Amino acid sequence: MKKVLTGNYAVAEAVKMARTEFIAAYPITPQTTIVERLAEMVEKGELNADFVRVESEHSALAAVYGASAGGLRAFTATSSHGLLYMYEMCWWVANSRLPVVMALVTRTIGPPWNIHTDHTDLLTLRDSGWILAMSENAQEAFDLTLIGFKVAEQIDLPFAVGLDGFQVSHTAEVVDIPEQSEIDEFLPERRRDKPFVIEPRNPITVGGLTTNECAMILRQEMDRDMEKVGDLVRNAGYVRDYDLVERYRLDDAEYVVVMMGAWCGDAKDAIDVLRDEGVQIGMLRLRFVRPFPAEEIAKLDCKKILVVERDCSIGKGGIIATEVKSVANSPVQSVMAGLGGVDVGVDDFVSMFRRFVKGELGEWWL
Amino acid sequence: MILSFGGQGGVTAARLLSIAALNEGKYAQAIPQFGAERRGALVRSFLRISDRPIRRHSSVKNPEVIAVFSEKILKIVDVKANTVVINSKQPKLENGRVYYVDASSIALGLNLISAGWPIVNTAMAGAMAKVFGFSFESLKDAIEQTFSGKLAELNVQAAKKAYEEVKEWSA
Repeated sequence: MKKVLTGNYAVAEAVKMARTEFIAAYPITPQTTIVERLAEMVEKGELNADFVRVESEHSALAAVYGASAGGLRAFTATSSHGLLYMYEMCWWVANSRLPVVMALVTRTIGPPWNIHTDHTDLLTLRDSGWILAMSENAQEAFDLTLIGFKVAEQIDLPFAVGLDGFQVSHTAEVVDIPEQSEIDEFLPERRRDKPFVIEPRNPITVGGLTTNECAMILRQEMDRDMEKVGDLVRNAGYVRDYDLVERYRLDDAEYVVVMMGAWCGDAKDAIDVLRDEGVQIGMLRLRFVRPFPAEEIAKLDCKKILVVERDCSIGKGGIIATEVKSVANSPVQSVMAGLGGVDVGVDDFVSMFRRFVKGELGEWWL
Repeated sequence: MILSFGGQGGVTAARLLSIAALNEGKYAQAIPQFGAERRGALVRSFLRISDRPIRRHSSVKNPEVIAVFSEKILKIVDVKANTVVINSKQPKLENGRVYYVDASSIALGLNLISAGWPIVNTAMAGAMAKVFGFSFESLKDAIEQTFSGKLAELNVQAAKKAYEEVKEWSA
């Protein structure tokens, strides 16, 4: 059924339809309306979950950690400074192999104070062991939340669903919602015993001191399991097919743009403009950053690749460009744009892509 | 683009019209102004309507239609678009096409008042739905999905009155 929903309400709807059992969160713009809506659903009895109000994001994820270790399907959501405040717990969750799902509504990290989107906050999770997805619109935010629970529970790694602050989180658009029965079939109840369960009268130790080798083997196993995520996403059996990437007008593309998030829609409209002018240009959209779609990038056979991203590793430049360069077999150019929520629309992309094709594009778009 | 003062319901009007557009078999996107919604301050909200899925998420730069929820806004914003829909008894505005409706009187007549202000959003949504060529039923359903009980009833009445009363201005 088609409904008009904001990205945040679409995520809340997905969390409800996943029959999530435990939610803890602390409000932060632009994430707040996800957990507001979930609190309302719990209050009205539409969702049979425990909703725990906490005093900080660190505690939010700590509570979710406990619930997930107790075998429950658990969810939280945050943004920017909230993510940084819970950062220690993000690693606890990942290294404990807990299948938590978190919505991350991207927001610039301050100072200066800013509530608008860029992708630096999401990328601080890059090395932690979380599966990192980035949606383009409310529909994907909805779908990836559900796929998130499925995949996380199959591989025992936590799953973060990124959505751009305001551009997706607060923009109302048309979302196609499957039937509850379809979701129930896709996503059965969580297996309580996997990867382990903390329960009364059955004491186990979690996260205690081990040998150094044990600690290293854990990270090695996580890295190997992360590589399996692509197949799990492709074979998830969801009502719509998903992959780590989206290929847009790529078949005969001489020029390929690599990017992620809400502004990809604007960039696709710009690609159509250039295509009408006879420029063979297309997009490989990253729907996932972890696992990194290395094979898909290595396969690109084109004159040159442009990575457009709203983040910067100070002293190294574009984070995604650095990763793309490490696997691409075509020359890669990097441009950083839209940091701090700077608006980049169709006209900007038309002019950016024209300059890229002519070889006249600088490293910063401002 | 909808130009309103915070508290007049510009954001809600955009939402209602996006649901109405879906009911018309179209795609729509309602975008609130981000970060600065305050009571009394000028608020811009945006609405995209299309026969095809809408991919872009950037802000709307050159709106084809501008809806003006209060004539006072004309003193602070230079309003120019193909089509303007304005809450006015007699619009003093030079523009291509101007449609006008006395949304304030409609809201006051139905006692749609909050903190002393007429809430004109559903009346203005009614006028805009007419200008867009939407059926009234599409908007009525959107209002009934958004409000409930007596409030839904009054807002449907406001929208219907404006839908019927909106006229093109010829100077």
